[in-house]
Amino acid sequence: MADTTVTHATAGPEGTKRDFLFLATGAGLAVGTAAVAWPFVASMAPDAATIAAGAPLDVDLTPIQDGQIVNVFWRGKLIFVRKLTEKEIADMKAIPLSQMIDPAPFSDRVKAGHDQWLVAYGNCTHLGCVPISSSGNFEGWACPCHGSQFDAVGRVRRGPAPINLPIPPYAFESDTKLKIGEEGGKAA
Amino acid sequence: MSSAHATSTYVPKSRLAKWFESRLPLVGLVHSSFVAFPVPRNLNYFWTFGAILIAFLGIQIITGVWLAMHYDPNASNAFESVEHIMRDVNYGWLLRYAHANGASMFFVAVYVHIFRNLYYGSYKAPREVLYLLGVIIYLLMMATAFLGYTLPWGQMSFWGATVITNILAAIPIVGDTIQSLLWGGYSVGNPTINRFFSLHFLLPWMIAGVVVLHVWALHVTGQNNPAGIPIKSSKDAVPFTPYATVKDVFAVVVFMILFAWFIFYQPNYLGHADNYVPANPSVTPAHIVPEWYFLPFYAILRAVPDKLGGVILMFGAVIILAFAPWLDTSRVRSCNYRPVYRVFFWVFAVNAVILGWLGAKPPEGGYVIASQICTVYYFAHFLIVMPLVGLFETPDRLPGSILETVTGPGKQVSGSGMPAGAAAEPAKRG
Repeated sequence: MADTTVTHATAGPEGTKRDFLFLATGAGLAVGTAAVAWPFVASMAPDAATIAAGAPLDVDLTPIQDGQIVNVFWRGKLIFVRKLTEKEIADMKAIPLSQMIDPAPFSDRVKAGHDQWLVAYGNCTHLGCVPISSSGNFEGWACPCHGSQFDAVGRVRRGPAPINLPIPPYAFESDTKLKIGEEGGKAA
Repeated sequence: MSSAHATSTYVPKSRLAKWFESRLPLVGLVHSSFVAFPVPRNLNYFWTFGAILIAFLGIQIITGVWLAMHYDPNASNAFESVEHIMRDVNYGWLLRYAHANGASMFFVAVYVHIFRNLYYGSYKAPREVLYLLGVIIYLLMMATAFLGYTLPWGQMSFWGATVITNILAAIPIVGDTIQSLLWGGYSVGNPTINRFFSLHFLLPWMIAGVVVLHVWALHVTGQNNPAGIPIKSSKDAVPFTPYATVKDVFAVVVFMILFAWFIFYQPNYLGHADNYVPANPSVTPAHIVPEWYFLPFYAILRAVPDKLGGVILMFGAVIILAFAPWLDTSRVRSCNYRPVYRVFFWVFAVNAVILGWLGAKPPEGGYVIASQICTVYYFAHFLIVMPLVGLFETPDRLPGSILETVTGPGKQVSGSGMPAGAAAEPAKRG
C-alpha cells in the first residue's frame, strides 16, 4: 500500500501507464453502463403492438344528431366528436378572445367548411379526468376532479386547466366520414 | 454513543457456536444490537412504533407475496382476478383485506413515528443521517402505496393512476418522456398495469434495504428519548432485551387489535366504493380523492391555481422534511423543555390534520381559500418558525441526567441498569 503511494507521488513513466489504464477502464465502464442501461429504458417506451393498435380510426357521422356528443377511442385516448347546433356556433363565434385563458378563435377549433363538427381529446388538460358534458356555465364541459370548465368547442374558460382541449390529427374523407389519426394524407 | 457497539457481552458457549462465531460473527452482532444494546430507561410508548412499522413491513410483504399467487396484472382481467381472490380463493378475503388495511395501518404508524420524531427533536445532530434515511423510507412507502392502489383496476385505481401520471407530465422538458415511459403507451392501459405490478413488487424490498440502514444508523448514534439528552452513565440505560423487546412486542400486539378490528369489522371503511366499479376510461367518478394518507398533500396540490406550481408545492411539502435538521436552530431537542416551540408544534400538527380534511372536500369556494391559508402555514412552520423560535426562545432547565427524569432530582437507585423495583422482589410479581 505504501509503495503504491510512493509510485504515484513520484509520477514517473510507470505512473503514466497506470493512469492511462485507470482512465481507460473508467471510461469503458461508464460507456458500458450507459450502453446496457439503454435497452432497459427503451423497453419501457410504447411497444410495436401498442403503436400498431394506434392506426387511424374511421368515424361514420351520419347517425350523429345536432347537439349530440359521441365518445370514440384512438390510441386508448378518449376523443369527443360533437355536432354543434346553429345557436352554439353563433355563441362560440361571438365570445371575445380577451375572456379566454388560452385564446383561440372559433376557426382554430374546427376545420374550414365543417363548422358543425368539433373533434377534441376528452381528457382535462389539468390532470386528465374526463369532463362531464352539459355542465358548467359555458355550454360545454365541467371537470368533476378540480373544477375546470370548457366551452362548446373545448376552450378552457375556468382553471386550473392551463390549455384548451387539444385537437387530434383528423381529416374529413367526405361530409359524413371522418378519419382520426391522419391529416393531409400523412399518418400521425 | 459510539460505545454502543462495544457493549457486546456475547460469549459463545458450545464448540459449534465458537466455530461459527469465529467464521461469521452473526450471533454476536444480533446479541450486541438487540440484546445487550443500551436503551434509555425513560422511553415512552411512542418509541415502540419503530417495531410496529417493522411488523407491518413484514405483514405487507407476506400478504402481498401470497396475493401475487392469485392476482393477474392484465387490464382485461385484473379486476376479475381480485374478485376471484375475494370469492374463490381460500381465505383470499382475509389476505386481501389484511393487505389493503395493512397499508393504512402502516401509514398510521409512520405518521405517529414522524410526529414523535418532530416533537422530541430526534432529527437533530447527531441523528441527521438516521432521519434522512427515514424520509427516504417514507417516500418509498408513498410510491409503493400508490402503485398498489392502481392494481385492482377499479375506477379509483384507473383515475388515480391517470391523475398521478399527469402530475409527472407537468415537469418541464422531460415530463412527457417520463409519462410515456410510465404508461408504455398513449394513455394508462395494459402496459401500465404490467409495469406497476412489477414495481409494486420491487419497492418493498428496497424499503427493507433502507430499513436495515435506518436501524444500523440508530445503533451507531443510539436512541433519542423524551428528555432529549444523551445517555451519560450505565444508570441511564437498560438492556434492549428484555426491556425494549417485551415492551415492543406488547405494543405490536395492542396495535394488532386495531388492525384486526378494521379487517374483521370495517374492511372497506378506509377505501372508496367507486373502486368496486371496473375501470372505465370514458367516465371519471364524480368525486375523486386519494387514500386518506395522501390527503394533506392533495389539498396542497389543489390550493394552487397553477398546474406546475401545485405540483412543485406538493412535492416540496414532502422534500422540506429532509431539511428539518438544518432549519431548526435550537440546541434543545425535546419539546418538553421548549415552552414556545411546543405550542407551534401542536399548531403545526392541527394544521396538518385540517389540510387532510380539506383534501377530502370538493375544490371550491371556502375550501380552496382555507387550503391556501393552511398551505402557507405548513411551509412557514419549516421556513420561519423553526429557525426563528430556536434563536429567540429561552428553553426550560434540562435535567442533569436521564436517571433524574425517572427518579426525580437528587435521588439515587441501587444497582446498575435496573429500574427501581423492577426485579427487586420477583417472587411477589407472579
